[in-house]
Amino acid sequence: MKVKVRLFATLREGRSRESELEVPEATTVLDIINALNIPEEEVALLLINGRDGKLTSTLTEGDTVSLFPPVGGG
Amino acid sequence: MERRYLKNMKMLSEDDILKLKGSKVSVVGCGGLGGYVIEMLARIGVGKITAIDGDVFDETNLNRQLFSHTDNLGKSKAESAKTRINLVNPLVEIEAFQEKITSENGNTLLKNHHVIVDAVDNIATRLLLQQIAAELNIPLVHGAIAGWYGQVTTIFPEDQTLNQLYPKKINKGIESELGNPSFTPALVAAIEVAETVKILLQKKDLLRRKVLKIDLLSQEYIIIDLI
Repeated sequence: MKVKVRLFATLREGRSRESELEVPEATTVLDIINALNIPEEEVALLLINGRDGKLTSTLTEGDTVSLFPPVGGG
Repeated sequence: MERRYLKNMKMLSEDDILKLKGSKVSVVGCGGLGGYVIEMLARIGVGKITAIDGDVFDETNLNRQLFSHTDNLGKSKAESAKTRINLVNPLVEIEAFQEKITSENGNTLLKNHHVIVDAVDNIATRLLLQQIAAELNIPLVHGAIAGWYGQVTTIFPEDQTLNQLYPKKINKGIESELGNPSFTPALVAAIEVAETVKILLQKKDLLRRKVLKIDLLSQEYIIIDLI
């Protein structure tokens, strides 16, 4: 199945802003970030089709995953 | 109406200006975000401001922290905020506390405010602020920055929005690699102040259960619903 991945802020460094991945059924968000070589601690907010999701969430055909790193300075 | 508030009108009514005068806002952190937040709250005429920061200024703050200058390095950030605001708007009662917020002193320092503004520099303190604000039943305006990036959200006691923004047990975000420039804190602080003023005046629409994500490198501004 195909899923779309959108990366934000520093996650874009050395990666495409937006990509379409061909993945097996029952792929999780964690599988996606591993495939993109993104360390788990670099993902804070993650959205599936614009809604708050979890690393363990299972994706379905056509889903869009958006990943944001943590921003914590003041 | 004092002449100094003339340019707040017609955007604000005379009643609004009186309401701001009668409001009390706590700003936790008097560095990059907090300096601009306190300055803007004082200039618009929020009557009582509490400035809290346990730190003193050092040379690395000069690139962005509004109240830092070459004569107050080594001096309390909170006290420097008070000195500045007394010059800018003597009508504002500003109290300064040179203390770090902890679970011990938090309730005492933050109670009896209408709004708490999160302008701290680490995630653990932000989560503590969210907990204290909920216990005290006070709205919390959150802002955070890292390099070109920033975010703002408004959190009411039942929301606990920061749990969604910081799901991991980490204390620093990408700011530890990127640092912070002069313009990101000014922008995020301005949005935090707009949210604060709207809470105080009960104006719509707040960034409640939503987060505004800002990317100044790509000039992208996205509001995400957090339900």
